[in-house]
Amino acid sequence: MDVLDNLILGAQVAFSWQNVLYCLIGVLLGTLIGVLPGIGPVPTIAMLLPITFNLDPIAALIMLSGIYYGSQYGGSTTAILVNLPGEAASVVTVLDGHQMARQGRAGPALAISAIGSFVAGCIATLVIATAAPPLAEVALKFGPAEYFSLMVLGLVAATVLAHGSLVKAIAMVVLGLLLGLAGTDVNSGVLRFTFGVPELADGIGFVIVAMGMFGVTEIVANLEQRSKREVFVGKVTHLFPTKEDLKRSWAPILRGTALGSFLGILPGGGALLSSFASYTVEKKVSKHPEQFGKGAIEGVAGPESANNAGAQTSFIPMLTLGIPGNAVMALMIGALMIQGIAPGPQVMTDKPELFWGLIASMWLGNAMLVVLNLPLIGIWIKLLQVPYRFLFPAILIFMNVGVFSLSNNPWDCLIMSVFGVFGYICVKLECEPAPMILGFILGPLMEENLRRAMLLSRGDPTVFFDPVNKPISFSFLLAALALLVIIALPNIRKKREEVFVEET
Amino acid sequence: MRIKSPRDFWAGAMFTGFGLFFVAWSFAHYQMGSAVRMGPGYFPAVLGGLLVLLGVGVLLQSMAFSGPKVEAFHFKPLIFVCVSVLAYGYLMQPGGLAVATAAAVIIGAMAGNEFKWKEVLIVALVLVIFSYLVFVKGLTLPFPMCPSFVENCPIR
Repeated sequence: MDVLDNLILGAQVAFSWQNVLYCLIGVLLGTLIGVLPGIGPVPTIAMLLPITFNLDPIAALIMLSGIYYGSQYGGSTTAILVNLPGEAASVVTVLDGHQMARQGRAGPALAISAIGSFVAGCIATLVIATAAPPLAEVALKFGPAEYFSLMVLGLVAATVLAHGSLVKAIAMVVLGLLLGLAGTDVNSGVLRFTFGVPELADGIGFVIVAMGMFGVTEIVANLEQRSKREVFVGKVTHLFPTKEDLKRSWAPILRGTALGSFLGILPGGGALLSSFASYTVEKKVSKHPEQFGKGAIEGVAGPESANNAGAQTSFIPMLTLGIPGNAVMALMIGALMIQGIAPGPQVMTDKPELFWGLIASMWLGNAMLVVLNLPLIGIWIKLLQVPYRFLFPAILIFMNVGVFSLSNNPWDCLIMSVFGVFGYICVKLECEPAPMILGFILGPLMEENLRRAMLLSRGDPTVFFDPVNKPISFSFLLAALALLVIIALPNIRKKREEVFVEET
Repeated sequence: MRIKSPRDFWAGAMFTGFGLFFVAWSFAHYQMGSAVRMGPGYFPAVLGGLLVLLGVGVLLQSMAFSGPKVEAFHFKPLIFVCVSVLAYGYLMQPGGLAVATAAAVIIGAMAGNEFKWKEVLIVALVLVIFSYLVFVKGLTLPFPMCPSFVENCPIR
């Protein structure tokens, strides 16, 4: 068994005392920021990016990925106890998780979400180990046309994530692509959209845009709501779920895992999309759909498993294709580049210890997270009782440190606040920032591949949708088109809105 | 034509505006090239055109279907949070880490609904010490510790 040999190699790397330590730091930080509403994995990883320069590449990657999947565990704690998503991906957990807490069943809700996450994490790790190598082999054959079409598919998939109007979501993607083009054009060396500002010659930093649109906007949005957070202060007792709970949960956990593993692989997918999809599915297949929203344990088990599975399998396109499916993966690519590793299909063959070590560490990290989240739950509850007026200045400072340390230039802070204001306007106009961020990341990559493909085909645009000569590219575009049609269909459109309406 | 959905109207107007800007700027300043050899202006111009189309689409939608109003803007938290960020960036070089952090915390805290000097000062102090220990000592980020007029900073 090739996979087994590789996993053993990975385990040897991941279980070195140094890597175990970095894994622990990663998942601990991940749980911490997952529990705290208003700070997510993106600013945290961005903040730590400069310091990973001093680390071994594998240690850096293990720690950063621990933050991402660790935050999925922590996010559910807040969702259940405070009626607030600690993390975007735990938005749907709030619906039933908090209801369970109100009925005095916070313990089982927390336990099921940790158990579900753990099961999902283990299975998703296996999925990565088996699916990534063949995918990387296929990816080695990809030319610029295939890459371009794949990115089109990813961007279309990203619009599924967005609330409300489909047209607005697509417009946000296009706007993101355009903003991503600012800076030096790699082909001609021309400075585009820099307006004579030297700081813009390298483009607008992705971290800065993400922190402005998510971090700053989030703080302002939290402050204007003035709502009192009701923390569930009662002692969490009876942590262990009853037999009945387990019987009702195992199927949703497995379904959520399968759904999350699949959706995580799609570019544009990841934890958020997976949890929404899982909630909808559970409600559909349940014999008691009326219990949903009133403390149905299935509504916790499914989405919590799905978001963890999705978080982990979203590493697949990053590791095999070098394409970031979401903002966190874009930062991971940044971390690889800092270490002088060009992301792409060759990483797996050139640096097997990096790839398999990371996978083995995910297993280890998930085991640590169960310990961190179940017996030590009391610590996180204490943390939740800290009022927001103490928390947000701290979050603000951490974001500042992250942005300022990028290049020690106040200009970056200025750009971050500009994007903070822009993000706030977008929230008011119901234009989602997530598709824009994805477009922003993929903009330069798309342009480069488009130009190359057109050059190779001597200006013949059929190179992208020629079913005979370019079957892969053709099927990507076909899938993108199908997805667009499906979302736009009035029937499904209504369903999609229903899902999002329920969350508010 | 009446605006039935103000929120979509402004969103559409925003997209159309951005699109027009990118198209015009690309044509005015960059070479277009051809489909075979795309110049630096080609891709942005095409995308800008697409954005105009989408923006106009949203505008038309806003005339056809009724929708919600634009929620009220809360300028107080927005302004204080942004000024806090700027204070941090622009005070770091002349003032050093402690000054920048304290200023950002105090200004930022004014964005909230409750402001008590005693609490805010304690939070600021805690964050200055934390930043020093974790970011400067622990992570060795090259932040200046002293104001720039101090020539040989004793703290490192």
